[in-house]
Amino acid sequence: MNESTTPTTPRHKFWRGVRDEAPILLGVAPFGLIFGALAIDAHIAVPVAQAMSSIIFAGASQLIAAQMIATGTSGLVILLVVFVVNLRHALYSASVAPHVRHVTLGWKFLLAYLLTDEAYAVTITHYNQEGDPANKHWYYLGTGLTLWTTWQVSTAIGIFIGAQLPQDWPLGFVLPLTFIALVVPALKDKSSVVTAITAALVGVMTFGFPLKTGLLVAAFIGILTGLLVEGRPK
Amino acid sequence: MSLWLVILLAGLLTFGTRLSFILLLDRIKVPDWFRRALRFVPVAVLSAIILPDLATHNTALDLSLRNPQLYAGALAVLVAWRTKNILLTIIAGMVALLVFQALLRIL
Repeated sequence: MNESTTPTTPRHKFWRGVRDEAPILLGVAPFGLIFGALAIDAHIAVPVAQAMSSIIFAGASQLIAAQMIATGTSGLVILLVVFVVNLRHALYSASVAPHVRHVTLGWKFLLAYLLTDEAYAVTITHYNQEGDPANKHWYYLGTGLTLWTTWQVSTAIGIFIGAQLPQDWPLGFVLPLTFIALVVPALKDKSSVVTAITAALVGVMTFGFPLKTGLLVAAFIGILTGLLVEGRPK
Repeated sequence: MSLWLVILLAGLLTFGTRLSFILLLDRIKVPDWFRRALRFVPVAVLSAIILPDLATHNTALDLSLRNPQLYAGALAVLVAWRTKNILLTIIAGMVALLVFQALLRIL
């Protein structure tokens, strides 16, 4: 890699990604703690609980899987549920794909592994704000690795302190707040505002759908509405 | 199926989903509407996560005026819009949640 002194060197981009991801960690760490504590509470062995965070590496699906493991659900059902709950990542994959076209296959595998809600949200916000395409993948690596490390460490702490976590702390509320902080500044035109409102309302209406599929339905209807409002490009 | 195998397969499925379009978009020619649709992905998915999150209490939907999360969320939207500052939005939202929780307990 070319190491010049311009502010777009791989190292600069990497650390910028780490820095931009930092505030989001406030929302992620409590979830890692909760997952670790919940897994131990469900009598899942310590190495298995930690492996869920490094192998599956997707918070919502891990929490659901832990509950299903605790109640003795069959392996096939767990797989189906994890797959469906994580289907939204296919949308993220399509969304970041144009930005990582040029990187090697090894990089693509690495970045795909790191494609979580929170790393995606920060990375795509940065990509949409800055036109400069140099070393973009290093920025993504910075956000992704920062989130990965936080998730592993907070899971471990959750496993360690287990059920001592106070039940009534509203720590889980931090995550929707971080998402609000990321979405609202991105609402720059009518079509994206309409997309947000539609997706949010449909999300509430479809909340009872099984396996969190309501989220997918809401996202699709929101995207479709955005396209319709935007109209054909002139 | 052993638990280890389930976790390994669950990880592979999730990884495959994440990798899907990163590999596919290289090989296929994507129609224009699809490209335009991608711009709406982050806003649509995150909004569809946020409001149901604010509107639920212990996994049950609570759209009543006594749900403090709705007020705190609305205030966070306002702060995010005015300041564009992530940390400030989180702090304002958390403080608002604690205040509204206390207020609704009294009222």
